[in-house]
Amino acid sequence: MEFFDDGDYELREIQKLEGHTDRVWCLSWNPKTGINGVPPIIASCSGDKTIRIWEQSGPSQSWRCKAVLEETHARTVRSCAWSLCGKFLATGSFDATTAIWENVGGDYECVSTLEGHENEVKSVSWNECGNMLATCSRDKSVWIWEVLPGNEFECVTVLQGHTQDVKMVQWHPRMDIVFSCSYDNTIKVWWSEDAESENWECCQTIGESNNGHSSTVWALSFNVEGDKMVSCSDDLTLKIWEANTLRMESGDGYAPWSHICTLSGYHDRTIFSVHWSREGIIASGAADDAIRLFVESKDDSIDGPSYKMLLKKEKAHDMDVNSVQWNPVDHHLLASGSDDGTIKIWELAS
Amino acid sequence: MVSGLINANPVVYEKKERRVRSALDYVDEYAVEPIDQQEVFDILSSSLILMPFILSCIKFEVPLSPCFDPEHPYSLEELKVITEDAIEVNDECSYVRVTFTPTVEHCSMATVIGLCLRVKLMRSLPSRYKVDIRVAPGTHATEAAVNKQLNDKERVAAALENPNLVDMVDECLAPTYG
Repeated sequence: MEFFDDGDYELREIQKLEGHTDRVWCLSWNPKTGINGVPPIIASCSGDKTIRIWEQSGPSQSWRCKAVLEETHARTVRSCAWSLCGKFLATGSFDATTAIWENVGGDYECVSTLEGHENEVKSVSWNECGNMLATCSRDKSVWIWEVLPGNEFECVTVLQGHTQDVKMVQWHPRMDIVFSCSYDNTIKVWWSEDAESENWECCQTIGESNNGHSSTVWALSFNVEGDKMVSCSDDLTLKIWEANTLRMESGDGYAPWSHICTLSGYHDRTIFSVHWSREGIIASGAADDAIRLFVESKDDSIDGPSYKMLLKKEKAHDMDVNSVQWNPVDHHLLASGSDDGTIKIWELAS
Repeated sequence: MVSGLINANPVVYEKKERRVRSALDYVDEYAVEPIDQQEVFDILSSSLILMPFILSCIKFEVPLSPCFDPEHPYSLEELKVITEDAIEVNDECSYVRVTFTPTVEHCSMATVIGLCLRVKLMRSLPSRYKVDIRVAPGTHATEAAVNKQLNDKERVAAALENPNLVDMVDECLAPTYG
């Protein structure tokens, strides 16, 4: 873990990407790009029912829209996520479907459409191995799909437990554990003790009574080690959680997550997005149009680690910031998407 | 089906006398004129709620009041759903908060009225504005749930992709444009 001095940090705007004709809801960096001479690629999805693929290329190294994926989703495309191999893009839409796109020589083909949710799909997430996909919906359920040969997807289980719409699903970065957060103010952790079986169950519910959020939980993200998690909410706070994942990885059963700190007093409107960089910087995007960065503070109290704000970028966008995503390769590159219809690429400079 | 009204005989209030905006001796036509409370009130107060009433009649099969004249749509101002005092505007911070009062405590149309108010403001105010819409404290049985729903932008966005709901909102708002 790298510590950051109180030096002057600056979030410098590199480029503003324009093209979407409605709000940008979600962004996803292709994890296999930006290395070995492959130009970096980011996908964005929008209320304009399309997905755009952006690439940094050419002598000017500027970002350009390489593809517009349209006429597949009939309504808002709410969520997008690349598989870890970088070959597949999953997109979830208010039209109740999830589409799987394959990159075939620079062209994107919709190779599969997953149906089953009763209404709006709000989030999609691939597991680490890329053999499973999780989706969630306003229908209060989380679905886990297994990837079969020939771009076939089979629903392994439907997880019921949330009492309201599920806003986001996210796999743990190292283990096959699914986390979901909801309009019902809780985070639920789903796990199948026997890896071969399909007996997925909810092994923990983090709610207000155990230091959880007091309003809608919009998003969560993990640190690189996977032993800490950050969540953000309509209650204007970010919360940091910790679990003994090493014990769990060694097969000693479920390790519960416990609250280690609450970051409050920074945001004054709903926090929609949070993302933990591989270098340990937490970025948050909120309805106050600002982006904030937080790091673990050096002056640890006896109560455990504390976090401080590294910087606040006011008016990062003209409207709400819906998504913030760190580049998985170039750790100083941050992308943000907004209600103003634009995507911005930022560089963290000191 | 018997049609009727959830609040078949609403109290109708007189429209308030309009304040006349003070005419300045010198008018700088290039000056940016800030948006104020009265302007937001004017945007909202004329919104009609005839459609929600009719829909709630059909839904709840409440007997029709002989006094109710469906030809006469009452405005939100006449029903005191919206008053000027319940609108908080901060132009510098680009912020508007509207607190509305449903006509009856169990008014099932509170979310629809709130949605109409939000859409009306979305279409009328500059996009930089942040809008919070709330039910007046103590005036609705499921106040917290209504407030949460009206201020969840994802739910609002999904609702506004529902053609039936959009038609209803447009019909409520239609007479206020033009």
